[in-house]
Amino acid sequence: MIRLSDSELPKQASVVVIGAGIVGNCIVGHLAEMGWRDIVQLDKGPLPNPGGSTGHASNFIFPVDHNKEMAMLTLDSQLQYEEMGVSTTSGGIEVARTEERMEELRRRMTSSKAWGIESHLVSPAEVKELVPFIDESVIIGGFYTPSVSVVDSLRAGTIMRERAQALDAITISPVTEVEDIIVERGRVTGVLTDKGLISADHVLIACGVWSPKLAAMAGATIPLTPAVHQMIDVGPLEMLQATNNEIGYPIVRDMDTFCYERQTGGSMEVGSYAHRPILHRPESIPSIEEARLSPTELPLTQDDFDPQLEQALELMPFLGDAEMRYGINGLLSLTPDGMPLLGETVEVENLWSAAAVWIKEGPGIGKLVAEWMTHGYPEIDPHSSDIARFYDYARTWHHVEARTSEAFNKTYGIIHPREQWDSDRNKRISPFYVRERELGAVFFEAGGWERPQWYESNRDLVETNADRIPTREHEWDARWYSPIINAEHLHLREHVGMVDLSAFAIFDVTGPGVVDYIQHMAVNQCDVEVGRAVYTPILTHDGGFRSDLTIMRLGEEHYRIVTGGGDGGRDSYWFKKNLPEDGSVNFEDKTSAIATLGVWGPAARALMESVTEDDISNEALPYGRTREVTIGGIKALMFRISYVGDLGWEIYVPMERGLQLWDTVWEAGQAHNVRPVGGGVYGNTGRIEKGYRLMGAELESEYTPVEAGLARPRVKSADFIGKEAYLKAREEGPAAVLCTFTMEDQTSAAGIERFPSGNEPILTAGGERIVDSKGRPSYVTTAGAGPSVGKYLLLGYLPSDLAVEGDDFSVMYMNELYPIKVAVAGSTPLFDPDDSRMKL
Amino acid sequence: MSVFVLVEHDRGEVEPASLEALTFARTRGDVTAVVVGEGADQAAAGLGGYGASHITIATNELLADYGPDAWADALAQVVGAAGATEVLAAGTDRGNEVIAQLAARLDLPMAANVLELAKPGEVLRLQWGGSLHELAAFEEPMLLYTISPHSIEATGGAGASGTVVEQPIELDESATVTMIKDRVTTAEGITLATAPIVVSGGRGMGSAEAFDMLEELADLVGGKVGCSRVVTNNGWRNHRDQVGQTGTVVAPDVYLACGISGAIQHWVGMMNAKTVIAINTDKDAPMVTKADYAIVADLHDVVPALIEEVKRRRA
Amino acid sequence: MRILVCIKRVPAPGAKINLTGDAQAIDPTNLGFTISPHEECAVEEAVQQAEQHDGSVTVLTLGPAAAEEQLRSALAVGADAAFLMPTDGSAWDPMATARALTAGIGELETDGPFDLIFFGNESADSGGYQVGIRVARALGRPMVNGIKGVAVSNGVVTARRETATSNEVFELPLPAVLGIKEGINLPRYPTLKGRMAAKKKEVVSSIPEHRPGGPELIRLLTPPQQTTTTVILGTGPEAAPALVDVLEEAGIL
Repeated sequence: MIRLSDSELPKQASVVVIGAGIVGNCIVGHLAEMGWRDIVQLDKGPLPNPGGSTGHASNFIFPVDHNKEMAMLTLDSQLQYEEMGVSTTSGGIEVARTEERMEELRRRMTSSKAWGIESHLVSPAEVKELVPFIDESVIIGGFYTPSVSVVDSLRAGTIMRERAQALDAITISPVTEVEDIIVERGRVTGVLTDKGLISADHVLIACGVWSPKLAAMAGATIPLTPAVHQMIDVGPLEMLQATNNEIGYPIVRDMDTFCYERQTGGSMEVGSYAHRPILHRPESIPSIEEARLSPTELPLTQDDFDPQLEQALELMPFLGDAEMRYGINGLLSLTPDGMPLLGETVEVENLWSAAAVWIKEGPGIGKLVAEWMTHGYPEIDPHSSDIARFYDYARTWHHVEARTSEAFNKTYGIIHPREQWDSDRNKRISPFYVRERELGAVFFEAGGWERPQWYESNRDLVETNADRIPTREHEWDARWYSPIINAEHLHLREHVGMVDLSAFAIFDVTGPGVVDYIQHMAVNQCDVEVGRAVYTPILTHDGGFRSDLTIMRLGEEHYRIVTGGGDGGRDSYWFKKNLPEDGSVNFEDKTSAIATLGVWGPAARALMESVTEDDISNEALPYGRTREVTIGGIKALMFRISYVGDLGWEIYVPMERGLQLWDTVWEAGQAHNVRPVGGGVYGNTGRIEKGYRLMGAELESEYTPVEAGLARPRVKSADFIGKEAYLKAREEGPAAVLCTFTMEDQTSAAGIERFPSGNEPILTAGGERIVDSKGRPSYVTTAGAGPSVGKYLLLGYLPSDLAVEGDDFSVMYMNELYPIKVAVAGSTPLFDPDDSRMKL
Repeated sequence: MSVFVLVEHDRGEVEPASLEALTFARTRGDVTAVVVGEGADQAAAGLGGYGASHITIATNELLADYGPDAWADALAQVVGAAGATEVLAAGTDRGNEVIAQLAARLDLPMAANVLELAKPGEVLRLQWGGSLHELAAFEEPMLLYTISPHSIEATGGAGASGTVVEQPIELDESATVTMIKDRVTTAEGITLATAPIVVSGGRGMGSAEAFDMLEELADLVGGKVGCSRVVTNNGWRNHRDQVGQTGTVVAPDVYLACGISGAIQHWVGMMNAKTVIAINTDKDAPMVTKADYAIVADLHDVVPALIEEVKRRRA
Repeated sequence: MRILVCIKRVPAPGAKINLTGDAQAIDPTNLGFTISPHEECAVEEAVQQAEQHDGSVTVLTLGPAAAEEQLRSALAVGADAAFLMPTDGSAWDPMATARALTAGIGELETDGPFDLIFFGNESADSGGYQVGIRVARALGRPMVNGIKGVAVSNGVVTARRETATSNEVFELPLPAVLGIKEGINLPRYPTLKGRMAAKKKEVVSSIPEHRPGGPELIRLLTPPQQTTTTVILGTGPEAAPALVDVLEEAGIL
């Protein structure tokens, strides 16, 4: 490879990939293989190690992750590394020093079973056999994954670049500094470098810790922070030198001390996530010239590392006489929620982000992003990595700093699936908040909003319903949970409840082109009379789920889109991206302007009739309809709908009238025994009894509406995104069917009832893994109580031929099997199957 | 201005940097060269050409070989008697040492490795081995300093009179304590750390066997074989041959890097080499871009040719 | 045998050095700090001598309070005791430094003089080439700089200094002072145990008196950039003679 002189840098590119770390390299390789040509790849550093985080990565891969998306990307990456011949399988052991950690390892066993990775729980003696230099008396057990591997990420990068070169698809220009990213009318058009201007249709930022700085050149945001991960190299150690290779012993993760020990040649690398969070700013990272080692290898702040030395010595006494020869404060990228930042930026069209990616998932993400750029959407659902998932508040340094500081020490932490953040709370406050506080609301965060999960003021209801609410004896099962949720559920089913729904993301779309636009976006018929509302899937071009949401027709040229707080960012991006270019549709985000109150329960109509003079009878306001009403002097929109399975409405009012609405309904509600009801019912128990699907849980781009049981009998004639694939899916029939399961016995070996929380594997009654014809494993997409049906419920897909109501299966939880039964195959609700309660 | 220059010599042979100091001193005023010790007569000859109007040879029977105390005592007496306004030497080991000893005796400031005295009361001198410059306040009845070597070119032909005067000085026996007692020419075995040339191989070597030719080359040129980390990781060489952050840190006269990409961890282990030569197929490899000289070609072709060329010249 | 090593905390910059806004110092942002390299070798030499002669090593530094980090680094590789003379972190001129060190050594020598005091040949940053010499003079002890070999026997230290052509041998009666030069040894790295033991040792400190001398820093300057360009000797084996020319020039052949 010969360095380009200025004149040789192309003037034109289909895509400029900025960054030649593991991500940029894997993306150019995959783009070339998917047919892209005229790719230009830039890096300000030299090759093969331009000085970013890839250059000092510890390069090991533990494939087991509780998160399915991450596990799938990691497994794919391992395969790619193997195929490139840059992978060494070393095995790896996560050791436990505490009983709490052992429980976490049992949970990891469950996840390895779910995603099909071989792992074993091993005794201290067995760990000692695998890693003879440990002091096994320090630990009480381990989680051994034989397929843990070590890769050469720099070599992999070179191979991927060479693949693009072999296809004559790429010009690579190292030591080239990007000075600006050119944007015209919201769309990226080129990159200005110190060697000239390159016009480009697409620009991709794969600059790791520098990504925010590059994005800012284009007016876009990539919310991550450079953060320090300390590591030292200890050696030489005779025992390790004797293996005569890069790695001869399994990698040990000392989970309770947040450290790992990984052989690297004749020495041992000790890495830590235990020290205080040390954050940097992208703009203050030293240049290649200023850095003593490399820009992302900052000097070790030894005091921060000292406590880890002691712990490492406890576990591996032979390290004591070895020398500390190299130590760094290595920079890596952290995001507010710990997941990567992938996809087109929300601010600038054709400007892509592939940032906050670790070595273990690099090639998988390279492929995913290349697919996304090529086909419009990737094969593995990027739901939790999509950069569009963040709202504006999360795109600020303030939020990034707060959340990453809190998360850093949880890198090896035991994170509860329902765990809530401590930092940067109270950002988005509904007008009901003051009343909710008075009622003892316990707040969970939803899309940045504070949303009550349950109300302590309802504790009396637990007594009232004591015989119908099981006790959660195990602390893990009871964590971030209250039996009040079950009690609120039962109360709502018998009386009436008020639910704060202000976290909804609400978009109004208007204009002459709006009917065609909405029809183009949604699967279901939306050209309906004014006042009707439609629940509809939104598909990817390949026919998988992009979203599911409700669209109300409020006028001839006015629709309102209502979606969950968790997905509002992604949905906003998707709807805006697909707006017609002719300007015939106007998009307005009304989320911050509208407060929403849900009122549901058998007494809901009696309650609401007492505060409005408008006719809200079933005849005047049937299910699925909206109506403008006046409630105690407040103009409101009532929408007859239910996500919990009982009669009622979502009531939309201007944000500033929200408190008044709450007070009006609350006061009138006293005569009807109204109670505030939290998200525990709305988002989980009420929903799961009705078998309602949730985007990101049951609904993913890997599944079709046919499989999710959301296909309507007829397909509308209008064209829509994903239609072709949708028609094909209907013709083929489902490879899997979404089922509702009941847990038949929850008693563990220890004799107490256990309560799965989701993502556990669904297995045959004998405990065998179940995988459908498309290779998708069966696992729990949602788990939750069904207080009204008296069972603990699970949702999950089964291969079509196995989805037989009444058949027995099992679920693994904390490495134990529990019998479960298919209660419903398909979308029929388990509770109130004909929906009569909602349609009174 | 009465400027005195300590002219350094080793048993009569003048240190070239002292001629630079004389050249510099000419710009400062009337120059007196001071020569001390065994061989001073020989050293004094020719100093006039570099601008010394006067040459003072300090004499005492105890003055034999070099010794910082003896030289400093002698210099102190010479400059003290003559009312010098500036005393300087070359910024060499001896120059710096003797001027510092003089400064300690007179309790006066000293500026080492000076570049300029452009403005009265200010001195510009080296810091960080030349990576930075320091501007410092420097206003004394007698300025004591050394001139940074190679900061000025020594030019002869000044045609100054160079009148030689012998000045007997008083010397206490104690001043001989720090005199050179012996000289030895070392013939110690060469190690990787002390070798004048390190012939080093990296990933591009491709095999353990390929190092045979590096061994041959190293033997021919009196050097040692080193390697990068990937080489030890691949088991091609023992760890003790590893150059770099976590191996041996070397500073040879020549570092010949064969098929080494030049990762930072390697670079910091050899960056103090005086001359770096890279042989690499990748023109953009950091080792190539940072090297003083490079051959962009396959080392498997180049190294045998090198061996042949060295043998040919030896023959 | 008791040995004292005087060390200095200096930043460890990369190829490009940034200055603070007032140009009084190197901008320490993102920089680590280290013991000046000659002194690192001096510590190693002292530890080796102490090991041979059943002696002890004390390290002393004058500098900001943070210089305790460098004292602990020395303790981690075998020094026995550490003495900190904390300043406000501003640059002290060589005379002020030497005066303070002399006073500090006096405090440490209440039980009699150190047999050997090691300095670095010159500091990595200011490179004044004089502090050790001034201290030795003030203490009335013989001092030789630039030392690359040390051997002690019968109350005499034999010190070796390299020149381009030979090794000069000095013999100084103890107590004596030596300026140690990098290359005398390969300083060891701390072991994990050494590091942990160093954490627990006490660092004694005594606030020094500041008696300025000169030259006094006005400001630092960044010299004009010297760009290094690689001379490409060729693209094949035919370039071998050109390379051998370079070896000859460097004095290898």
